[in-house]
Amino acid sequence: MRALKQHQGLVAPMDRSNVDTDMIIPKQFLKSIKRTGFGPNLFDELRYLDEGKPDQDCSERPINPDFVLNQDRYKNASVLLARTNFGCGSSREHAPWALEDYGFRVIIAPSFADIFYNNCFKNGLLPIVLDEKIVDQLFSEAEAQEGYQLAVDLEAKTVTTPAGEAFDFEVDDFRRHCLLNGLDDIGVTLEQADVIKSYEEQRRQTAPWLFGAGN
Amino acid sequence: MAGKTLYDKLWDDHLVKQRDDGSALIYIDRQLLHEVTSPQAFEGLRLAGRKPWRIDANIATPDHNVPTTDRDKGIDGIVDPVSRTQVETLDKNCDEFGILEFKIKDQRQGIVHVIGPEQGATLPGMSIVCGDSHTSTHGAFGCLAHGIGTSEVEHVLATQCLVQQKMKNMLVKVNGKLGPGVTGKDVVLAIIGKIGTAGGTGHAIEFGGEAIRGLSMEARMTICNMSIEAGARVGMVAVDDTTIDYVRGRPFAPTGETWDAAVNYWRTLHSDDDAVFDKVVELEGSDIKPQVSWGTSPEMVVGVDGFVPDPAKEQDPIKREGIVRALKYMGLEPNTPITGIALDRVFIGSCTNSRIEDLREAAAVVKGRKVAAGLKQAMVVPGSGLVKAQAEQEGLDKIFIEAGLEWRDPGCSMCLAMNADKLGQGEHCASTSNRNFEGRQGFGGRTHLVSPAMAAAAAVTGHFVDVRELMN
Ligand code: SF4
Repeated sequence: MRALKQHQGLVAPMDRSNVDTDMIIPKQFLKSIKRTGFGPNLFDELRYLDEGKPDQDCSERPINPDFVLNQDRYKNASVLLARTNFGCGSSREHAPWALEDYGFRVIIAPSFADIFYNNCFKNGLLPIVLDEKIVDQLFSEAEAQEGYQLAVDLEAKTVTTPAGEAFDFEVDDFRRHCLLNGLDDIGVTLEQADVIKSYEEQRRQTAPWLFGAGN
Repeated sequence: MAGKTLYDKLWDDHLVKQRDDGSALIYIDRQLLHEVTSPQAFEGLRLAGRKPWRIDANIATPDHNVPTTDRDKGIDGIVDPVSRTQVETLDKNCDEFGILEFKIKDQRQGIVHVIGPEQGATLPGMSIVCGDSHTSTHGAFGCLAHGIGTSEVEHVLATQCLVQQKMKNMLVKVNGKLGPGVTGKDVVLAIIGKIGTAGGTGHAIEFGGEAIRGLSMEARMTICNMSIEAGARVGMVAVDDTTIDYVRGRPFAPTGETWDAAVNYWRTLHSDDDAVFDKVVELEGSDIKPQVSWGTSPEMVVGVDGFVPDPAKEQDPIKREGIVRALKYMGLEPNTPITGIALDRVFIGSCTNSRIEDLREAAAVVKGRKVAAGLKQAMVVPGSGLVKAQAEQEGLDKIFIEAGLEWRDPGCSMCLAMNADKLGQGEHCASTSNRNFEGRQGFGGRTHLVSPAMAAAAAVTGHFVDVRELMN
């Protein structure tokens, strides 16, 4: 996984609450057996005016000029500013894959859906929860100033505006550690193989019905 | 010291290691796999040269992409080549790693969340995961069950564990009794309408109270299934006689002395009387009416005697904007009576409502009636091959077919329209599934979430109607 320590990038404000994973990446694109290539279909139904199909050349499709990511000033944005309950709905990791593939590294919102939040960290994407009032402020600043960028420091757990105003955010230590170092958390868990084995042994004694069913 | 909640007990029983940074290693007893969220996990395993930790903990089946007709053709019946590859990839991965799979032609194939309980592969007290957010369904058995992403599917395959943070405890209590014609689906929609789609975020919800205790396992599964629509990854119901009677005799359930030992343990799977919850919400069962969703989020729901809301009456600007957007997408005018919404299609199926009891309830309503002339299609998609067989044994298929509904083969089908079953642009559908998001059932399609009985009533009248008026 790609590590993330600091990131500074252009902000795209997506002014809509309850953005669900069907919206982030519609189901017809979930048929891929790969992890990459979802970027062109990120927000497909909002971004294009026609119905998207897998394996299609998206550069030929009619785009929705009203959609935020289609506006010139937000080209190459890497920080997505969003509203409450972002990423609700399904557990599809294709949602963070699509956001990452498009070029986002950070998403800022007042709240995220649990599974989506967790999936982001597995893919080098940092979801940041900030107070609703602060998010409101960032929305108005990003809309008012063209080229508005935010600087994120995961080490220091801060988001800093161009005017130098810094906001602290919370993130749990394990996720932060893995993302800072780009760690493969399966490897980290397997360091505990002995502990897992002894737990398993004890369960085989006390709850034997949990073993041997799927065979 | 205060007592423990059901969630606390399940957590403690699966705790392998508590880490200093607040995260914990949790042991997973059962992983269910399907074709959409597993290929990248198996690929990751191969690339890292890893093997599954415990093969017998996994059970797989294809469900999202499978066609609901022409099933005797097996995989060749999947017209879309991309869908076919996904199902073939699951077969290949399961064969390679020796994982038990109910393949497309196996009678035990079905929607993962239907077949787990049906096979007794879902047992009380288990920790269960699947790369699918509706894994919360299995919490109906007093399980710690939740959806995970593909990276975590790989993590569980490789280590049999997950890194987790403990959630908060929430109790949703439904007091008293439910009225006739009011089902588990109406209960859970009413709960989501009350607490909102983020109401349970960060929490494990336990559903309790007299009304929940009185429900069948099928209805409890419907309720736990949709806890994710209330924002909670985990939904649970305490174990009681109803749970144990349901599990007894299932293919993977223990027998003999092991059964007795298991039952003794299972009987401890309830919250202690003095357990403390971080959040408690109460509803009166007798207040709940048959529900219909009108918008593009499951919280946008009202009783069947209600009206499409008027954004002008909403004070909160963000909510108002949400209502305006939803009404535009749904093509609905404010203040329209729910019973005045004309329908194009009816879908009875999905992991929320495709079990035998759901089909019985729908059949009871359509029996002796005909699908309304204005409808383009009304279909019934059983949740598994075994549900289908049982329904046919009871003659339910004939009741549906005589009334003019299509009787299909098992799978996710029009719940998310990854196979050929989908809505056309602008079409309104009464659906027993769980999500009414934009485009969920087809590009531009308009979903209204309802119970099987309400969907059946809509099928025979062509619009929403209070199913209680059709019951004698
Ligand atoms: S029936 Fe629908 S919600 Fe359930 S697993 Fe299938 S696609 Fe997901």
